[in-house]
Amino acid sequence: MSLISKLKGLLGIGAKPANEEPKPAKSGQVGASEQEVEKVAEENAKPRIGYIHLSGCTGDIMSLSENYDILAELLTNMVDIVYGQTLADVWEMPEMDLALVEGSVCLQDEHSLHELMEVREKAAMVCAYGSCSATGCFTRYSRGGQQARPDHESFVPIADLIKVDCAIPGCPPSPEIIAKTVVALINGDMDYLQPMIDLAGMTEGCGCDLQKYVVNQALCIGCGTCAMACQTRAVSMTNGRPEVNGDRCVKCGICYVQCPRSWFPEEQIKKDLGL
Amino acid sequence: MVLGTYKEIVSARATDKQIQKVSQDGGIVTGLLAFALEEKIIEGAVVAGPTDEFWKPEPMVAMSADEIIAAAGTKYTFSPNVMMLKKAVRQYGIEKLGTVAIPCQTMGIRKMQSYPFGVRFLADKIKLLIGIYCMENFPYASLETFISEKMGISMELVEKMDIGKGKFWVYTQDEVLSIPLKETHGYEQSGCNVCLDYVAELGDVSTGSVGSPDGWSTVITRTDGGDSIFKQAVEAGAFETKDIANVKPGLDLLQKLSAQKKEKNQKTIDKRKEMGLPVPF
Repeated sequence: MSLISKLKGLLGIGAKPANEEPKPAKSGQVGASEQEVEKVAEENAKPRIGYIHLSGCTGDIMSLSENYDILAELLTNMVDIVYGQTLADVWEMPEMDLALVEGSVCLQDEHSLHELMEVREKAAMVCAYGSCSATGCFTRYSRGGQQARPDHESFVPIADLIKVDCAIPGCPPSPEIIAKTVVALINGDMDYLQPMIDLAGMTEGCGCDLQKYVVNQALCIGCGTCAMACQTRAVSMTNGRPEVNGDRCVKCGICYVQCPRSWFPEEQIKKDLGL
Repeated sequence: MVLGTYKEIVSARATDKQIQKVSQDGGIVTGLLAFALEEKIIEGAVVAGPTDEFWKPEPMVAMSADEIIAAAGTKYTFSPNVMMLKKAVRQYGIEKLGTVAIPCQTMGIRKMQSYPFGVRFLADKIKLLIGIYCMENFPYASLETFISEKMGISMELVEKMDIGKGKFWVYTQDEVLSIPLKETHGYEQSGCNVCLDYVAELGDVSTGSVGSPDGWSTVITRTDGGDSIFKQAVEAGAFETKDIANVKPGLDLLQKLSAQKKEKNQKTIDKRKEMGLPVPF
Protein backbone atom coordinates (compact mmCIF):
# COMPACT_ATOMS: atom_id res chain seq x y z
CA MET A 1 0.00 0.00 0.00
CA SER A 2 1.38 3.37 -0.94
CA LEU A 3 1.99 6.05 1.63
CA ILE A 4 -0.79 8.18 0.34
CA SER A 5 -3.33 5.36 0.59
CA LYS A 6 -2.03 4.57 4.04
CA LEU A 7 -2.26 8.17 5.14
CA LYS A 8 -5.68 8.49 3.65
CA GLY A 9 -6.73 5.33 5.41
CA LEU A 10 -5.45 6.64 8.74
CA LEU A 11 -7.34 9.83 8.25
CA GLY A 12 -10.48 8.19 6.94
CA ILE A 13 -10.29 10.18 3.75
CA GLY A 14 -11.46 8.97 0.37
CA ALA A 15 -13.29 5.88 1.58
CA LYS A 16 -15.10 5.93 -1.72
CA PRO A 17 -13.56 7.17 -4.95
CA ALA A 18 -15.72 9.64 -6.82
CA ASN A 19 -18.06 8.53 -9.61
CA GLU A 20 -18.04 4.90 -8.54
CA GLU A 21 -21.06 2.66 -8.14
CA PRO A 22 -22.36 2.90 -4.56
CA LYS A 23 -21.06 -0.52 -3.57
CA PRO A 24 -19.04 -1.22 -0.47
CA ALA A 25 -15.36 -0.97 -1.44
CA LYS A 26 -13.47 -4.25 -1.20
CA SER A 27 -10.58 -3.97 1.17
CA GLY A 28 -7.15 -3.95 -0.40
CA GLN A 29 -8.49 -2.92 -3.78
CA VAL A 30 -7.38 0.39 -5.13
CA GLY A 31 -9.88 2.29 -7.24
CA ALA A 32 -8.92 3.95 -10.50
CA SER A 33 -9.21 7.46 -9.14
CA GLU A 34 -6.91 6.61 -6.26
CA GLN A 35 -4.24 5.53 -8.72
CA GLU A 36 -4.69 8.82 -10.49
CA VAL A 37 -4.25 10.66 -7.24
CA GLU A 38 -1.02 8.80 -6.54
CA LYS A 39 0.20 9.53 -10.04
CA VAL A 40 -0.45 13.21 -9.54
CA ALA A 41 1.37 13.09 -6.21
CA GLU A 42 4.33 11.29 -7.74
CA GLU A 43 4.56 13.66 -10.65
CA ASN A 44 4.47 16.68 -8.42
CA ALA A 45 7.43 17.38 -6.23
CA LYS A 46 6.83 17.19 -2.51
CA PRO A 47 5.27 20.45 -1.35
CA ARG A 48 7.77 22.73 0.34
CA ILE A 49 6.21 23.86 3.58
CA GLY A 50 7.41 26.63 5.85
CA TYR A 51 6.31 27.54 9.33
CA ILE A 52 6.39 31.17 10.38
CA HIS A 53 6.00 32.01 14.03
CA LEU A 54 4.70 35.52 14.73
CA SER A 55 2.84 36.48 17.92
CA GLY A 56 1.70 32.96 18.70
CA CYS A 57 2.12 30.54 21.58
CA THR A 58 3.53 27.52 19.66
CA GLY A 59 0.29 25.70 20.48
CA ASP A 60 -0.58 25.51 16.81
CA ILE A 61 2.63 23.77 15.81
CA MET A 62 2.33 21.48 18.81
CA SER A 63 -1.07 20.50 17.50
CA LEU A 64 0.49 19.76 14.10
CA SER A 65 3.07 17.54 15.77
CA GLU A 66 0.32 15.63 17.56
CA ASN A 67 -0.24 13.68 14.38
CA TYR A 68 2.12 11.13 15.92
CA ASP A 69 0.98 8.17 13.84
CA ILE A 70 1.60 9.82 10.53
CA LEU A 71 4.12 12.53 11.31
CA ALA A 72 7.24 10.55 10.50
CA GLU A 73 5.83 9.51 7.13
CA LEU A 74 4.51 12.96 6.51
CA LEU A 75 7.82 14.67 7.21
CA THR A 76 10.02 12.07 5.58
CA ASN A 77 8.13 11.18 2.47
CA MET A 78 5.30 13.55 1.76
CA VAL A 79 6.38 17.10 2.42
CA ASP A 80 9.59 19.06 2.78
CA ILE A 81 9.69 21.31 5.81
CA VAL A 82 11.99 23.97 4.42
CA TYR A 83 11.69 26.68 7.05
CA GLY A 84 10.56 27.17 10.65
CA GLN A 85 12.29 28.14 13.88
CA THR A 86 11.26 25.03 15.78
CA LEU A 87 11.48 22.68 12.80
CA ALA A 88 14.48 23.48 10.63
CA ASP A 89 17.89 25.07 11.09
CA VAL A 90 17.44 27.58 8.30
CA TRP A 91 18.05 31.31 8.67
CA GLU A 92 17.23 32.67 5.23
CA MET A 93 13.59 32.32 4.28
CA PRO A 94 13.44 30.12 1.16
CA GLU A 95 10.79 29.84 -1.57
CA MET A 96 7.80 27.86 -0.28
CA ASP A 97 4.69 26.27 -1.77
CA LEU A 98 2.81 26.71 1.47
CA ALA A 99 3.61 28.90 4.44
CA LEU A 100 1.76 28.21 7.66
CA VAL A 101 1.72 31.40 9.69
CA GLU A 102 1.09 31.11 13.40
CA GLY A 103 0.22 34.11 15.54
CA SER A 104 -1.05 37.60 14.87
CA VAL A 105 1.17 40.56 13.92
CA CYS A 106 2.31 43.27 16.32
CA LEU A 107 2.16 46.57 14.48
CA GLN A 108 4.85 48.04 16.71
CA ASP A 109 7.30 45.22 15.96
CA GLU A 110 9.12 45.99 12.73
CA HIS A 111 10.75 42.54 12.60
CA SER A 112 7.36 40.81 12.60
CA LEU A 113 6.08 43.14 9.92
CA HIS A 114 9.16 42.52 7.82
CA GLU A 115 8.89 38.76 8.24
CA LEU A 116 5.25 38.77 7.22
CA MET A 117 5.95 40.79 4.07
CA GLU A 118 8.77 38.41 3.22
CA VAL A 119 6.49 35.39 3.63
CA ARG A 120 4.06 36.88 1.17
CA GLU A 121 6.86 37.28 -1.36
CA LYS A 122 8.36 33.84 -0.85
CA ALA A 123 5.28 31.64 -0.50
CA ALA A 124 2.92 30.62 -3.27
CA MET A 125 0.20 30.04 -0.73
CA VAL A 126 -0.06 31.74 2.68
CA CYS A 127 -2.20 30.05 5.29
CA ALA A 128 -3.37 31.80 8.45
CA TYR A 129 -2.80 28.86 10.73
CA GLY A 130 -4.57 29.02 14.08
CA SER A 131 -7.03 31.63 15.26
CA CYS A 132 -4.46 34.24 16.31
CA SER A 133 -3.28 34.42 12.75
CA ALA A 134 -6.78 34.15 11.29
CA THR A 135 -8.99 36.24 13.57
CA GLY A 136 -6.58 37.80 16.09
CA CYS A 137 -8.05 35.51 18.76
CA PHE A 138 -7.06 36.54 22.29
CA THR A 139 -4.40 38.98 21.09
CA ARG A 140 -7.48 41.08 20.29
CA TYR A 141 -7.38 41.93 24.00
CA SER A 142 -3.80 43.24 23.89
CA ARG A 143 -3.43 46.89 24.84
CA GLY A 144 0.23 47.39 25.70
CA GLY A 145 1.68 48.86 28.84
CA GLN A 146 3.76 45.86 29.88
CA GLN A 147 7.53 45.60 30.29
CA ALA A 148 9.86 45.31 28.47
CA ARG A 149 7.96 46.81 25.52
CA PRO A 150 5.08 48.95 26.78
CA ASP A 151 4.63 50.20 23.23
CA HIS A 152 3.75 46.74 21.87
CA GLU A 153 0.01 47.11 22.02
CA SER A 154 -1.57 46.53 18.60
CA PHE A 155 -2.02 43.05 17.22
CA VAL A 156 -3.96 42.22 14.07
CA PRO A 157 -4.74 39.07 12.07
CA ILE A 158 -2.30 38.66 9.20
CA ALA A 159 -4.96 39.24 6.54
CA ASP A 160 -5.16 42.86 7.71
CA LEU A 161 -1.70 43.33 6.20
CA ILE A 162 -1.19 40.80 3.43
CA LYS A 163 -3.29 38.75 1.07
CA VAL A 164 -4.04 35.44 2.76
CA ASP A 165 -4.95 32.43 0.62
CA CYS A 166 -6.52 30.20 3.22
CA ALA A 167 -7.19 30.01 6.93
CA ILE A 168 -7.33 27.18 9.43
CA PRO A 169 -8.85 28.62 12.58
CA GLY A 170 -8.77 26.93 15.98
CA CYS A 171 -7.11 27.65 19.27
CA PRO A 172 -5.32 25.47 18.45
CA PRO A 173 -6.54 23.87 15.19
CA SER A 174 -7.06 20.14 15.67
CA PRO A 175 -4.24 17.81 14.64
CA GLU A 176 -6.64 16.16 12.19
CA ILE A 177 -7.51 19.31 10.30
CA ILE A 178 -3.88 20.09 9.55
CA ALA A 179 -3.26 16.51 8.42
CA LYS A 180 -6.37 16.57 6.24
CA THR A 181 -5.31 19.91 4.77
CA VAL A 182 -1.83 18.69 3.88
CA VAL A 183 -3.24 15.56 2.25
CA ALA A 184 -5.72 17.65 0.28
CA LEU A 185 -2.90 19.91 -0.79
CA ILE A 186 -0.80 16.97 -1.97
CA ASN A 187 -3.79 15.53 -3.83
CA GLY A 188 -4.70 18.89 -5.31
CA ASP A 189 -8.14 18.40 -3.76
CA MET A 190 -9.41 21.95 -4.11
CA ASP A 191 -12.94 20.91 -3.16
CA TYR A 192 -11.75 19.97 0.29
CA LEU A 193 -9.72 23.15 0.62
CA GLN A 194 -12.50 25.49 -0.49
CA PRO A 195 -13.85 26.23 3.02
CA MET A 196 -10.30 27.14 4.14
CA ILE A 197 -10.03 29.45 1.17
CA ASP A 198 -13.38 31.03 2.05
CA LEU A 199 -12.37 31.39 5.69
CA ALA A 200 -9.38 33.53 4.70
CA GLY A 201 -11.86 36.38 4.51
CA MET A 202 -13.05 35.89 8.08
CA THR A 203 -10.74 38.08 10.13
CA GLU A 204 -13.06 38.61 13.07
CA GLY A 205 -14.37 35.92 15.38
CA CYS A 206 -16.34 36.03 18.59
CA GLY A 207 -18.93 34.07 20.54
CA CYS A 208 -21.34 36.85 19.68
CA ASP A 209 -21.23 35.64 16.05
CA LEU A 210 -23.64 32.91 17.18
CA GLN A 211 -26.18 35.46 18.28
CA LYS A 212 -25.68 37.88 15.37
CA TYR A 213 -25.33 35.48 12.45
CA VAL A 214 -27.29 32.42 13.60
CA VAL A 215 -29.90 33.20 16.26
CA ASN A 216 -30.73 36.68 14.99
CA GLN A 217 -30.94 35.32 11.44
CA ALA A 218 -33.55 32.67 12.41
CA LEU A 219 -31.11 29.86 11.63
CA CYS A 220 -30.34 28.33 15.05
CA ILE A 221 -31.67 24.83 15.64
CA GLY A 222 -30.22 24.31 19.11
CA CYS A 223 -28.03 21.37 18.11
CA GLY A 224 -25.22 22.25 20.54
CA THR A 225 -22.35 22.01 18.03
CA CYS A 226 -21.08 25.48 19.04
CA ALA A 227 -20.95 24.48 22.71
CA MET A 228 -19.06 21.31 21.78
CA ALA A 229 -16.62 23.22 19.58
CA CYS A 230 -15.79 26.04 22.03
CA GLN A 231 -12.26 25.44 23.24
CA THR A 232 -12.61 27.52 26.40
CA ARG A 233 -16.06 26.26 27.44
CA ALA A 234 -17.46 29.74 27.04
CA VAL A 235 -20.60 28.48 25.30
CA SER A 236 -23.42 26.72 27.11
CA MET A 237 -26.94 25.96 25.93
CA THR A 238 -29.95 27.57 27.60
CA ASN A 239 -33.43 26.69 26.37
CA GLY A 240 -31.86 25.32 23.21
CA ARG A 241 -29.89 28.45 22.36
CA PRO A 242 -26.19 29.22 22.81
CA GLU A 243 -25.32 31.42 25.74
CA VAL A 244 -21.85 32.91 25.55
CA ASN A 245 -19.82 33.88 28.57
CA GLY A 246 -18.00 36.90 27.13
CA ASP A 247 -15.39 36.79 29.89
CA ARG A 248 -14.29 33.33 28.80
CA CYS A 249 -14.50 33.89 25.03
CA VAL A 250 -11.08 34.32 23.39
CA LYS A 251 -12.52 35.40 20.02
CA CYS A 252 -11.14 32.41 18.12
CA GLY A 253 -14.26 32.16 15.95
CA ILE A 254 -14.50 28.39 16.13
CA CYS A 255 -18.11 28.26 17.41
CA TYR A 256 -19.42 29.95 14.31
CA VAL A 257 -17.05 28.09 11.97
CA GLN A 258 -18.25 24.69 13.26
CA CYS A 259 -21.94 25.65 13.36
CA PRO A 260 -23.85 23.63 10.73
CA ARG A 261 -25.87 26.75 9.99
CA SER A 262 -22.94 29.00 9.02
CA TRP A 263 -21.82 26.93 5.99
CA PHE A 264 -22.45 23.32 5.18
CA PRO A 265 -20.13 21.07 3.12
CA GLU A 266 -22.74 18.53 2.05
CA GLU A 267 -20.84 17.05 -0.91
CA GLN A 268 -17.66 16.55 1.09
CA ILE A 269 -19.52 14.91 3.96
CA LYS A 270 -21.24 12.46 1.63
CA LYS A 271 -17.92 11.66 0.01
CA ASP A 272 -16.30 11.06 3.39
CA LEU A 273 -19.17 8.81 4.51
CA GLY A 274 -19.37 6.89 1.25
CA LEU A 275 -22.95 8.11 0.68
CA MET B 1 -33.16 11.12 -3.80
CA VAL B 2 -35.90 12.04 -1.45
CA LEU B 3 -34.78 9.59 1.28
CA GLY B 4 -31.03 10.11 0.88
CA THR B 5 -28.51 7.42 0.04
CA TYR B 6 -29.24 4.10 1.70
CA LYS B 7 -28.53 0.41 1.62
CA GLU B 8 -31.76 -1.05 2.92
CA ILE B 9 -35.12 -0.03 4.37
CA VAL B 10 -37.09 -2.35 6.62
CA SER B 11 -39.86 -2.15 9.17
CA ALA B 12 -38.60 -3.33 12.55
CA ARG B 13 -39.14 -3.43 16.27
CA ALA B 14 -37.11 -4.40 19.32
CA THR B 15 -37.90 -7.86 20.70
CA ASP B 16 -37.06 -6.86 24.27
CA LYS B 17 -40.36 -6.48 26.18
CA GLN B 18 -38.88 -3.89 28.55
CA ILE B 19 -37.86 -1.71 25.59
CA GLN B 20 -41.23 -2.20 23.86
CA LYS B 21 -42.97 -0.92 26.98
CA VAL B 22 -41.12 2.42 27.09
CA SER B 23 -40.23 3.11 23.47
CA GLN B 24 -41.89 5.72 21.28
CA ASP B 25 -42.30 3.33 18.35
CA GLY B 26 -40.33 0.19 17.61
CA GLY B 27 -37.56 0.87 20.12
CA ILE B 28 -34.90 0.95 17.44
CA VAL B 29 -32.73 3.70 18.97
CA THR B 30 -32.87 2.23 22.46
CA GLY B 31 -32.46 -1.33 21.23
CA LEU B 32 -29.60 -0.58 18.86
CA LEU B 33 -27.62 1.52 21.36
CA ALA B 34 -28.16 -1.14 24.04
CA PHE B 35 -27.04 -3.85 21.61
CA ALA B 36 -23.96 -1.88 20.55
CA LEU B 37 -23.08 -1.32 24.21
CA GLU B 38 -23.46 -4.99 25.02
CA GLU B 39 -21.35 -6.02 22.01
CA LYS B 40 -18.72 -3.41 22.98
CA ILE B 41 -19.12 -1.67 19.62
CA ILE B 42 -19.58 1.43 21.77
CA GLU B 43 -18.59 2.17 25.37
CA GLY B 44 -21.24 4.77 25.99
CA ALA B 45 -23.84 6.88 24.26
CA VAL B 46 -25.07 10.44 24.35
CA VAL B 47 -28.84 10.39 24.67
CA ALA B 48 -31.64 12.83 25.52
CA GLY B 49 -32.00 12.02 29.20
CA PRO B 50 -34.80 12.93 31.60
CA THR B 51 -34.59 15.92 33.97
CA ASP B 52 -36.56 17.12 36.99
CA GLU B 53 -38.78 19.12 34.66
CA PHE B 54 -41.43 17.09 32.87
CA TRP B 55 -40.72 16.59 29.16
CA LYS B 56 -37.65 18.82 29.22
CA PRO B 57 -34.70 16.62 28.20
CA GLU B 58 -31.00 17.24 28.75
CA PRO B 59 -28.15 15.50 26.90
CA MET B 60 -26.79 12.70 29.03
CA VAL B 61 -23.90 10.24 28.72
CA ALA B 62 -25.38 6.77 29.20
CA MET B 63 -22.92 4.03 30.14
CA SER B 64 -25.43 1.22 30.78
CA ALA B 65 -28.46 -0.28 29.07
CA ASP B 66 -30.63 0.92 31.97
CA GLU B 67 -29.56 4.51 31.42
CA ILE B 68 -30.26 4.17 27.70
CA ILE B 69 -33.72 2.75 28.40
CA ALA B 70 -34.40 5.62 30.83
CA ALA B 71 -33.97 8.03 27.91
CA ALA B 72 -36.45 6.24 25.60
CA GLY B 73 -39.40 8.10 24.13
CA THR B 74 -39.66 11.26 22.03
CA LYS B 75 -39.47 14.66 23.68
CA TYR B 76 -40.61 17.33 21.25
CA THR B 77 -38.17 19.99 22.38
CA PHE B 78 -34.44 20.72 22.39
CA SER B 79 -31.78 18.37 23.66
CA PRO B 80 -28.46 19.74 22.35
CA ASN B 81 -26.87 16.28 22.25
CA VAL B 82 -23.93 17.41 20.11
CA MET B 83 -22.51 19.54 22.91
CA MET B 84 -22.18 16.44 25.10
CA LEU B 85 -19.99 14.48 22.67
CA LYS B 86 -16.78 16.20 23.72
CA LYS B 87 -17.59 15.76 27.39
CA ALA B 88 -18.29 12.06 26.80
CA VAL B 89 -14.84 11.61 25.29
CA ARG B 90 -12.85 13.93 27.57
CA GLN B 91 -14.53 13.51 30.92
CA TYR B 92 -15.99 10.01 30.68
CA GLY B 93 -12.99 8.69 28.77
CA ILE B 94 -15.16 7.03 26.12
CA GLU B 95 -13.13 5.89 23.10
CA LYS B 96 -16.04 4.42 21.14
CA LEU B 97 -19.11 6.60 21.28
CA GLY B 98 -22.68 6.21 20.10
CA THR B 99 -25.34 8.87 19.89
CA VAL B 100 -28.82 9.64 18.72
CA ALA B 101 -29.46 12.83 16.77
CA ILE B 102 -32.13 14.62 14.81
CA PRO B 103 -31.13 15.59 11.24
CA CYS B 104 -29.68 19.02 12.07
CA GLN B 105 -27.63 17.47 14.87
CA THR B 106 -26.26 14.83 12.50
CA MET B 107 -25.24 17.75 10.26
CA GLY B 108 -23.29 19.37 13.10
CA ILE B 109 -21.60 16.07 13.90
CA ARG B 110 -20.76 15.16 10.29
CA LYS B 111 -19.45 18.63 9.51
CA MET B 112 -17.20 18.36 12.57
CA GLN B 113 -15.96 14.97 11.31
CA SER B 114 -15.13 16.27 7.84
CA TYR B 115 -13.77 19.61 9.06
CA PRO B 116 -12.65 19.29 12.69
CA PHE B 117 -11.22 22.81 12.85
CA GLY B 118 -11.02 23.17 16.60
CA VAL B 119 -12.34 19.79 17.68
CA ARG B 120 -9.41 17.49 18.37
CA PHE B 121 -9.51 13.71 18.63
CA LEU B 122 -13.27 13.35 18.61
CA ALA B 123 -14.20 12.75 14.97
CA ASP B 124 -12.93 9.17 14.84
CA LYS B 125 -14.45 8.16 18.17
CA ILE B 126 -18.04 8.36 16.98
CA LYS B 127 -18.80 4.77 16.04
CA LEU B 128 -22.58 4.80 15.78
CA LEU B 129 -24.75 7.76 14.84
CA ILE B 130 -28.44 6.95 14.85
CA GLY B 131 -30.51 9.61 13.13
CA ILE B 132 -34.21 10.06 13.82
CA TYR B 133 -36.73 11.47 11.38
CA CYS B 134 -37.74 15.00 12.22
CA MET B 135 -40.30 17.31 10.63
CA GLU B 136 -39.74 20.18 13.08
CA ASN B 137 -38.91 20.87 16.72
CA PHE B 138 -40.47 23.10 19.35
CA PRO B 139 -39.20 25.36 22.12
CA TYR B 140 -40.28 24.06 25.53
CA ALA B 141 -42.63 27.02 25.94
CA SER B 142 -44.47 25.91 22.78
CA LEU B 143 -45.12 22.50 24.34
CA GLU B 144 -46.49 24.25 27.41
CA THR B 145 -48.81 26.23 25.13
CA PHE B 146 -50.12 23.08 23.45
CA ILE B 147 -50.57 21.06 26.60
CA SER B 148 -51.24 23.47 29.46
CA GLU B 149 -53.14 26.09 27.50
CA LYS B 150 -54.74 24.47 24.46
CA MET B 151 -55.45 21.06 26.02
CA GLY B 152 -55.80 22.35 29.53
CA ILE B 153 -53.87 19.66 31.36
CA SER B 154 -50.76 19.69 33.47
CA MET B 155 -47.46 18.64 31.83
CA GLU B 156 -46.78 16.20 34.65
CA LEU B 157 -49.84 14.09 33.78
CA VAL B 158 -48.52 13.42 30.28
CA GLU B 159 -47.18 9.92 29.71
CA LYS B 160 -46.48 10.14 26.01
CA MET B 161 -46.55 12.69 23.20
CA ASP B 162 -46.82 11.84 19.55
CA ILE B 163 -47.23 13.55 16.21
CA GLY B 164 -49.05 11.55 13.57
CA LYS B 165 -52.10 11.44 11.33
CA GLY B 166 -52.25 15.24 11.21
CA LYS B 167 -52.45 15.71 14.96
CA PHE B 168 -50.35 16.39 18.03
CA TRP B 169 -51.35 13.68 20.52
CA VAL B 170 -50.98 13.54 24.26
CA TYR B 171 -51.59 10.41 26.31
CA THR B 172 -52.27 10.49 30.03
CA GLN B 173 -53.06 7.55 32.26
CA ASP B 174 -56.73 7.70 31.37
CA GLU B 175 -57.27 9.93 28.36
CA VAL B 176 -56.03 10.65 24.88
CA LEU B 177 -56.02 14.31 23.86
CA SER B 178 -55.09 15.94 20.60
CA ILE B 179 -54.92 19.21 18.72
CA PRO B 180 -54.75 19.51 14.93
CA LEU B 181 -51.21 20.08 13.68
CA LYS B 182 -52.47 23.31 12.10
CA GLU B 183 -52.65 24.73 15.62
CA THR B 184 -48.98 24.00 16.21
CA HIS B 185 -47.84 25.96 13.18
CA GLY B 186 -45.91 29.07 14.06
CA TYR B 187 -44.89 27.51 17.36
CA GLU B 188 -42.00 25.53 15.82
CA GLN B 189 -38.51 27.02 16.02
CA SER B 190 -37.95 29.04 12.87
CA GLY B 191 -34.53 27.46 12.24
CA CYS B 192 -36.48 24.33 11.24
CA ASN B 193 -38.03 26.14 8.30
CA VAL B 194 -34.86 26.01 6.20
CA CYS B 195 -34.11 22.34 6.99
CA LEU B 196 -34.08 20.06 3.94
CA ASP B 197 -33.56 16.78 5.76
CA TYR B 198 -36.48 14.75 7.05
CA VAL B 199 -35.07 11.23 7.36
CA ALA B 200 -31.62 11.99 8.85
CA GLU B 201 -29.80 11.42 5.57
CA LEU B 202 -26.36 11.52 7.21
CA GLY B 203 -26.96 8.98 9.98
CA ASP B 204 -25.27 5.58 10.02
CA VAL B 205 -28.78 4.26 10.55
CA SER B 206 -31.94 6.36 10.47
CA THR B 207 -35.25 5.49 12.02
CA GLY B 208 -38.70 6.91 12.69
CA SER B 209 -42.34 6.01 12.92
CA VAL B 210 -43.63 7.06 9.50
CA GLY B 211 -44.20 4.20 7.06
CA SER B 212 -44.63 1.48 9.66
CA PRO B 213 -47.61 0.42 11.79
CA ASP B 214 -47.95 1.46 15.46
CA GLY B 215 -45.31 -0.16 17.63
CA TRP B 216 -42.96 -0.55 14.66
CA SER B 217 -40.35 1.73 13.08
CA THR B 218 -39.06 2.29 9.58
CA VAL B 219 -35.31 1.65 9.63
CA ILE B 220 -32.95 2.95 6.93
CA THR B 221 -29.37 1.66 6.94
CA ARG B 222 -26.94 3.99 5.20
CA THR B 223 -23.22 3.63 5.92
CA ASP B 224 -21.25 0.36 5.85
CA GLY B 225 -20.81 0.61 9.61
CA GLY B 226 -24.47 1.31 10.33
CA ASP B 227 -25.67 -1.43 8.01
CA SER B 228 -23.39 -3.99 9.58
CA ILE B 229 -24.30 -3.11 13.19
CA PHE B 230 -28.03 -3.24 12.45
CA LYS B 231 -27.70 -6.59 10.66
CA GLN B 232 -25.69 -8.01 13.56
CA ALA B 233 -28.43 -6.88 15.92
CA VAL B 234 -31.13 -8.50 13.79
CA GLU B 235 -29.14 -11.73 13.59
CA ALA B 236 -28.65 -11.68 17.35
CA GLY B 237 -32.42 -11.47 17.75
CA ALA B 238 -32.54 -7.93 19.12
CA PHE B 239 -34.99 -6.91 16.40
CA GLU B 240 -37.69 -8.55 14.32
CA THR B 241 -38.08 -7.15 10.84
CA LYS B 242 -40.63 -7.06 8.04
CA ASP B 243 -40.12 -6.25 4.41
CA ILE B 244 -41.13 -2.60 4.02
CA ALA B 245 -42.98 -3.52 0.82
CA ASN B 246 -45.43 -5.58 2.87
CA VAL B 247 -46.35 -3.03 5.52
CA LYS B 248 -48.83 -0.19 5.50
CA PRO B 249 -48.60 2.73 4.95
CA GLY B 250 -45.10 1.89 3.70
CA LEU B 251 -42.52 3.86 1.80
CA ASP B 252 -44.98 5.93 -0.23
CA LEU B 253 -46.00 7.96 2.80
CA LEU B 254 -42.39 8.39 3.95
CA GLN B 255 -41.36 9.62 0.51
CA LYS B 256 -44.34 11.93 0.32
CA LEU B 257 -43.65 13.58 3.68
CA SER B 258 -39.94 13.91 2.95
CA ALA B 259 -40.65 15.51 -0.42
CA GLN B 260 -43.17 17.88 1.18
CA LYS B 261 -40.67 19.03 3.80
CA LYS B 262 -37.97 19.61 1.20
CA GLU B 263 -40.32 21.49 -1.10
CA LYS B 264 -41.82 23.71 1.58
CA ASN B 265 -38.49 24.58 3.16
CA GLN B 266 -36.78 25.14 -0.18
CA LYS B 267 -39.39 27.86 -0.72
CA THR B 268 -38.41 29.44 2.61
CA ILE B 269 -34.76 29.29 1.55
CA ASP B 270 -35.55 30.93 -1.78
CA LYS B 271 -37.58 33.62 -0.06
CA ARG B 272 -34.75 34.31 2.39
CA LYS B 273 -32.34 34.65 -0.51
CA GLU B 274 -34.65 37.17 -2.15
CA MET B 275 -34.67 39.16 1.08
CA GLY B 276 -30.88 39.02 1.26
CA LEU B 277 -30.83 36.85 4.39
CA PRO B 278 -28.09 34.23 4.81
CA VAL B 279 -28.76 30.50 4.29
CA PRO B 280 -26.36 27.66 4.89
CA PHE B 281 -27.68 25.37 2.16
